[in-house]
Amino acid sequence: MTIVFWILAVMTVSGGLAAVLLKNTVHCALAVTGAFAGLALLFLQLDAQFAGFAQILVYIGAVAILVVFAILLTRGSETPESGVFSRTWLVGLCIAAGVFAVMAWAILNSASALPHESATPDVSVMQIGNALMGRYVLPLEIVALLLTAAMIGAVIVAMHEKGDVK
Amino acid sequence: MTPLAGYLLVAALVFAIGLAGALTRRNAILVLIGIELMLNAANLNLIAFWRYGPHPEALTGMMFAVFSIAVAAAEAAVGLGLVISIYRHARTTDLDEMNRMKG
Repeated sequence: MTIVFWILAVMTVSGGLAAVLLKNTVHCALAVTGAFAGLALLFLQLDAQFAGFAQILVYIGAVAILVVFAILLTRGSETPESGVFSRTWLVGLCIAAGVFAVMAWAILNSASALPHESATPDVSVMQIGNALMGRYVLPLEIVALLLTAAMIGAVIVAMHEKGDVK
Repeated sequence: MTPLAGYLLVAALVFAIGLAGALTRRNAILVLIGIELMLNAANLNLIAFWRYGPHPEALTGMMFAVFSIAVAAAEAAVGLGLVISIYRHARTTDLDEMNRMKG
């Protein structure tokens, strides 16, 4: 448990909390970007350089921009006068707290059974490329198909319909 | 506390925060943000188990996390497209007001 881990953990958790609690939607998007950055740095801290940089490229580079675009296209930055939380917020909060309690209890009670190999894994990008082109080539192709379908689907869903008067 | 338990606790906390966001916010975009946080917490679990597990050279957990990031990106694109489409139709992104399926 190094000091770096605690700094990154606090950064991630506070970013997530701010994203959930803030009133202005644009501020929420900025806070969630901070949480994504903290998670990417945690990946780097875990010696997973490839996943960490993929996280930065995909989440901070693409998803955060998408979220900001969606907010601006839907005038979501205006705070509604009826409040930002749903009518059943207490139930949701109780469910989330219960889920966290169960998971924390499970983790703390199984701490001795968790694996703790200390050797730093030596993984180069070349090994990852070989694995992607060898053992994981079928999932890679499926993900490529899924991304193409999702991209076309998102464009079709969000496209202006013909004869739309608005 | 072992390092792995620390990472798992952070992931559990981020998951719970995302779940709370998805269940309590009114704005559909913020519900999607909550879902993204939950997906990221799962990725952190995968990477942490990969790092401290017995066979990191097999790359299993890392590959799972990379594919999971790709699927999450597809989910975000389609989800935000749906939100924009619904907004164009109903002029709102408030989930409490979206209570009918009729056009």
